[in-house]
Amino acid sequence: MAEGKTFRNDGYAKVTGRATYADDISFAGTLHMVPVYADYVAAKNVVIDSSKAEALPGCIRVLTAKDVPGITNFGQIEQDYPMLITDTIRSWGDVLALTVAETREIALAAAALVEITADPIKPVLTMEEALSPYARTVPSYGDSNIVVHHKMRHGNPDPLFDECELIIEEDFTTQMIEQGYMEPESAICVPRSDGVIEIYGSMQHPFSTRRFTGALLGEPLSNIEVYTIAVGGGFGGKDDTAAIVCARAALGARILRRPVKMTYTREWSIRESYKRHPYKLHYKVGVTSEGLIKAVKTEMYADSGAYLSVTPWVTWRSTAQCCGPYAVDNVHADVYGVATNNLFTGAMRGFGSPQVNFATEQIIDMIAEKLKMHPLGVRRINMVKQGSTTVTGQVLDDHTVSMEEVMNNTVHEIGYRKKFEKCSLGKSDSDELYGIGLAISYRGASLGAEGMDFCSAIINGQYDGSILVETGIHENGQGSDSVMMMVLAEELGTNLKRIRYKRSSTSNIPDSGSTVATRGTIMGSSSIVLAAKQFKELLSKHLAERLKCTPEEVTFHGDKIWGLTYDQSLTWEEAMKELFLQRVTPYAFGTFQAPDVSWDETNGQGNAYFTYVYSCQAAEVSVNKKTGKIKLLNIVASHDIGKAINKAMLLGQIYGGITQGVGYALMEEVTSEEGRTTSLNFDKYKIPRTTDLPEMTGIVVENYDPHSLTGAKGIGEPALELIAPAIANAVHNATGIRCKSLPLTINPEDLA
Amino acid sequence: MTEIAFVLNNKKISVEAEGATRLLDILREDLGLTAVKEGCGEGECGACSVLKDGLLVNSCMVPIGTVAGCSIETLEGLRNSDEGRCIIDAFADSGAVQCGFCTPGMVMASIALLRVNAHPTIDEIKVGLSGNLCRCTGYDMIIKGVQLASERGEGIW
Repeated sequence: MAEGKTFRNDGYAKVTGRATYADDISFAGTLHMVPVYADYVAAKNVVIDSSKAEALPGCIRVLTAKDVPGITNFGQIEQDYPMLITDTIRSWGDVLALTVAETREIALAAAALVEITADPIKPVLTMEEALSPYARTVPSYGDSNIVVHHKMRHGNPDPLFDECELIIEEDFTTQMIEQGYMEPESAICVPRSDGVIEIYGSMQHPFSTRRFTGALLGEPLSNIEVYTIAVGGGFGGKDDTAAIVCARAALGARILRRPVKMTYTREWSIRESYKRHPYKLHYKVGVTSEGLIKAVKTEMYADSGAYLSVTPWVTWRSTAQCCGPYAVDNVHADVYGVATNNLFTGAMRGFGSPQVNFATEQIIDMIAEKLKMHPLGVRRINMVKQGSTTVTGQVLDDHTVSMEEVMNNTVHEIGYRKKFEKCSLGKSDSDELYGIGLAISYRGASLGAEGMDFCSAIINGQYDGSILVETGIHENGQGSDSVMMMVLAEELGTNLKRIRYKRSSTSNIPDSGSTVATRGTIMGSSSIVLAAKQFKELLSKHLAERLKCTPEEVTFHGDKIWGLTYDQSLTWEEAMKELFLQRVTPYAFGTFQAPDVSWDETNGQGNAYFTYVYSCQAAEVSVNKKTGKIKLLNIVASHDIGKAINKAMLLGQIYGGITQGVGYALMEEVTSEEGRTTSLNFDKYKIPRTTDLPEMTGIVVENYDPHSLTGAKGIGEPALELIAPAIANAVHNATGIRCKSLPLTINPEDLA
Repeated sequence: MTEIAFVLNNKKISVEAEGATRLLDILREDLGLTAVKEGCGEGECGACSVLKDGLLVNSCMVPIGTVAGCSIETLEGLRNSDEGRCIIDAFADSGAVQCGFCTPGMVMASIALLRVNAHPTIDEIKVGLSGNLCRCTGYDMIIKGVQLASERGEGIW
């Protein structure tokens, strides 16, 4: 059993199968929409002939870019993503038309009848090609395939390499992977008689969904109401594409004046949705004979694919965290996003960190090996400590820097020191080689200098003593609604049963940004604390007289509201009724603004994030000499998340994040041939199953964070971002072979 | 179109359908049983798991024509049974649920396992659930949920 109390407001609905996801919802008269793709990877002069499709009995309409009342191209940063293609195809995932029919079967049959012709162009399929001076420019905007270039200039590494005892110069590559949420994209949109389009969608950012839809329809945001329903996972992957699925269904609903449902197959989902960026990373690291890292120069290239999405933000995080959790005084980094005709890449849990950590945490072990030092020693010498200055010039003096504490926890729990001595390093009497490895990371919580960071909460007390609460944080399956309810119950001293999390709508709660970047708990729960403070002040003011005390003396605990003595108390039922009799609405609205951050894009310096989560994960593996198969034996993870609010769910996030990281390390890769994705379903795109996983132990470290009003930080991304290098280090310690590309593979011939 | 008669959640029913139509579509669209989910449509993920004559099957891979005369059980039928309540409570208490999309399939796989092996080892649970994908939980708490249902389910399984 997981330790601590488990609470999920949606637990029973989900485990009984009653929770409704987008495709489970139906309205009378619903039409069905299907996307139409073409087999081109890059082409121009697109001509679409829908006549045969529209002649099919039951086919209502084939919608193309010509039918769009607003704008077809949109995006979170650059308005370059074609929700429907007008003239030019830039990727095999592009959608050219939408068939709408009385049934899904007819819509599918109609899609097969849409005839598309175009003049093919030779696609640009590698970053090397894209960076050649003769390369065709892929993006619709700008005149270069370099779509972003972040620089860091911290000290001056160049003159220092000569003084260094050891220079490590290495290249690493990471692969494209898929978020792999179990529920493919789906949306049902309903035209309301007051002119509003209602959206029920499988997406993780209702406000982004509203923006994409508003753009496509050419209508104000107030015309579009996006409701929160059960979502079958997102992991960063249900922003742009999922929003666009909603927008397309809304286009159908607006034009045809009937409800329209669009549910993706897994194949369409993998074909069209954005992925994790593949990276090429080059590091030159200068180290003293004592193991101190003096100088780092790094260049990274991220394949952005055909469209920009959030590539500038993903690569920004890679820049700000380019040296892992190490305080290096002299760093130059250049991080590029490169456009190609590959599938576009965007947000996925980890967001520019897993790629960097894969390189840096292996380099640390390589330094230790070369200098004949202990890997823990090299980490300890260089890691950020209380008061350290990060590579962005940020002084870490306003929260507990627990890097060493967290590492010690993992080391102790797994028995790293003793086991490290027993590693096979390629030599073993049996067929199995044994290895243990670990990795550490720090992760800037929330958006940092990447965006405007604030979040709102509404508390709405009811006449009968029940309480409605909502925030701008979105429930994607991670359990955020439950956390918000628990925080409110704690703040008001009430029973959880009194509180209901209100199903959010974009027409009610203000835009609070996306539920990404490990920001749900820190931002959402802090907004609840602020709203609860106002709520309690309002209640105190109006109940003090009845409680025979001053407003300052009113307290909230034991599911009651109290004056100074035991005989002076009100139940919530009595208190709410009293406020209504006084004609006062028991209502509060709070907005939490994240603490200030700063950034200078010219030199990559500034206070990148207002706080950091510290993590250490370790893995034990065995590698079979005859087959090269890597088997996981044990995993231990320790994370300083500030404060655990819902501990069982927190551990669930840790194990789930590790498991996604295991997939990244050992099995997952989106494959393609000439730009056409070949791993379109789970038969070819393998994700971890029960039988792929070892025992996992999660250790929760709680150093209350002063920047969060609950003390809690977050866990979503830290859980995923460092197990791949831990496993890579373990595989090296088992085999003596250093794998510098993902997914890790060992060729048994190399073990002979 | 032919008439196909079978037993669904202990009630005799018949549907008019082409024999090749997927059982999944009949359950979700014609009969409104939406606890059965579609995650992949090719038998890899297990979100559409149901029991056919007591055996765990992926309903996306079962043509309705092959169901004639069979007994089909879904979560809608089992959630009010002793078996269903036992596993449902155990999953809820173990924190086995995150996004919940795989959960109905996991419950069905767990029931299929516990019916033939009331006291499975962790490795047996892993094999029993290996046809069901979950992307959120890392399976840890789902496995603990099955263990808990096994412990609590004396006389049920």
